[in-house]
Amino acid sequence: MNETANNISLESLKIGDREAFTRLVDETSSHIYRVALQILGDEQDAEDVLQETYIKAFRALPEFEGRSSVTTWLYRIAVNEALMLVRKRKPQTISIDENPSFDGEAESEGMEIVDFCCLPEGELLTSESREFLERAIQNLPANLRVVFVMRDLEGMSIQETSEALGLSDNNVKTRLLRARLRLRQELSVYFSGKMPEVSQR
Amino acid sequence: MSNHNHSPKCSQLLGSLSDYIDGDLQAELCAEIEEHVKDCDNCRIVVNTLKKTIELYEQTSNQPSELPEKVREKLFLKLNLEDYLKKG
Repeated sequence: MNETANNISLESLKIGDREAFTRLVDETSSHIYRVALQILGDEQDAEDVLQETYIKAFRALPEFEGRSSVTTWLYRIAVNEALMLVRKRKPQTISIDENPSFDGEAESEGMEIVDFCCLPEGELLTSESREFLERAIQNLPANLRVVFVMRDLEGMSIQETSEALGLSDNNVKTRLLRARLRLRQELSVYFSGKMPEVSQR
Repeated sequence: MSNHNHSPKCSQLLGSLSDYIDGDLQAELCAEIEEHVKDCDNCRIVVNTLKKTIELYEQTSNQPSELPEKVREKLFLKLNLEDYLKKG
C-alpha cells in the first residue's frame, strides 16, 4: 500500500478529523477492497468487508497506539473481517492461528514436472489463463490464501504480513511456501495442456 | 507430463525454496541449491516454474486497481463522509 497513507497525521486521525480520515480512505480503500475480493472471491462480500473495516477503524482510531503503521493496522482489520466471513461460510475452516509445519516429503508427493516457463509470454497471460490464475487462488485453503494475497499480490514484506495477521514470521513463511507450491502445481497441470507434446517431460 | 520422484535431498530442498527465491537464504544454502539443480532436472524445473508462478501473479497484480465508483459512493455514505465525495 502506498506510503502517502502512512504520512497522514496520526494525531489528526486520532482526534477524529474527518478530512484526514477521508484522505486515509481515499489512499487505502482500493487496496483494502482488492485484498477482500481476493480472499473472498465475491464482490458483495468484499464491499461489506470494506465498509466494516473503515467503520471499525474510525471507532478504534482514538485508541490506536501506532505500534504498526496505520496501513498494516487497516489490513489487519480487513483480513480479520474477511476471515470471519470465510468461517461463517465454512465453519470447519482451519483457524489462521493453527501452527503449520512443512513436510517436504508429503509436499513433493505427486508433484507435476512440466516446464511451462518455455511457453511464450503471450500464452502465459491470455485472458483465459488470467481467469485460471484467479480461480487457483480461490481454491487455496483460506489460511494459505490470505498469506499469499498479502505477500505476493499486495507486495507486503514477511514482517508486515506477520504483523497484520498476528502470526510469527516462520508461520507466515511456511504458509507462503505451501501456497506457492500449490499454485505452481495447479499452473503446471493447466499449462501442460497448452504445451506441444514433444516439449513435455 | 510426469511426476517428480524426489530423493530425500530433493524434498529437503523444497523447504528452502521460498527463501531462496525471495533472496532471503544464506549464501551457503543458496550455493547448495544451485549445485543440486545443476544435476537434477526435476528440481531445476520446480525452481523455475515456482519462480514463474510468482512472477505471473505479480504481473497480474501490478495493474493499478481503482475502487469502483459505486463502491466508493456507498462507502462514503456509510461513513457519513458524503460531503467529501467529489474530492476523490
